[in-house]
Amino acid sequence: MNKIKSCSAIIVVLFLIAALSGCATTAADALKANESQVQLRSIQTRAFDTTDKKKMMQTVISTMQDLDFVIDKADFTLGSVTGSKFLGQDTVVMTVTVRPRGEKQLLVRANAQYGVSSVEDPGTYQDFFTALEKSIFLTAQQVD
Amino acid sequence: MPQFKKQLFIIFICLGIAGCATVPSGFLKPSDDYLAKRQLQMRQYATTNEEQILASVAGVLQDLGFTLADSETKLGLVSASKKADATNNSQVLAAILLGGLGNNPDYVQQCDKSQVIKAAVIVKPGLDAKKIVVRVTFQRIVWNMAGQVNRVETINDPLMYQKFYDSLSKAIFLEAQQI
Repeated sequence: MNKIKSCSAIIVVLFLIAALSGCATTAADALKANESQVQLRSIQTRAFDTTDKKKMMQTVISTMQDLDFVIDKADFTLGSVTGSKFLGQDTVVMTVTVRPRGEKQLLVRANAQYGVSSVEDPGTYQDFFTALEKSIFLTAQQVD
Repeated sequence: MPQFKKQLFIIFICLGIAGCATVPSGFLKPSDDYLAKRQLQMRQYATTNEEQILASVAGVLQDLGFTLADSETKLGLVSASKKADATNNSQVLAAILLGGLGNNPDYVQQCDKSQVIKAAVIVKPGLDAKKIVVRVTFQRIVWNMAGQVNRVETINDPLMYQKFYDSLSKAIFLEAQQI
């Protein structure tokens, strides 16, 4: 019985250490991502069958505005749009880049940060691309 | 006692697994009322002169005391910000009274003091190519008297948007008259 007691005490101490060390960071962690580079790209990127960069960027901006973002910066040459929105007491910052892929497609990549953590959840990005698809569809269908 | 140990054990397992990851999900999904928000934030103007509207937007932001932060004319984007007083006298009075009652004179420090309002305006051709669509969004950060951030929020007050578009209509007229 005593053995079990001391064993469980050790386990508790181990978890205490694990829980406390969970947040410790070093400078090298600044460039760390949890997902692999390839995986992250596939989560954050979609291709669209259009070559109209300007229209795509303006659709990205209006989609971000639909999502309560205020646009901070945009650059047509680079194809980037950066915006921020508030969620509780924290800020979500998102950059979306639009660039050509081959002759007939545009590649749209979004990456978001919530507070100090990178957003790497595939579902969250899927929500954004679904909203973007819908906006493009709305434009095409002239509903807006 | 073993019951207590078990609980403690489970709590630490949860802490170990949860770590620091607390990113909420679903925040990139449009809310149910996003179409209503569009109505509030968008106006159409019967012109095809995008440049003129963009110049009027910049002018109106200046009229309202904003300074321009960034712009990309190829996309029709202008972003601007403004610092303003956020002191609310009734809030201060309430804080003084409550602080006095609770014997906490520092309570008044929690009152709103200043704010930064950020605005982003996008000007783009409408769907029928004969109109220009303007859309503005506002956000604000409020600091308290102790210099801490009290509140951050997206502004959804219809009056604010009404005021902006009233001024914009005026500015477009003035611009056309070269005033």
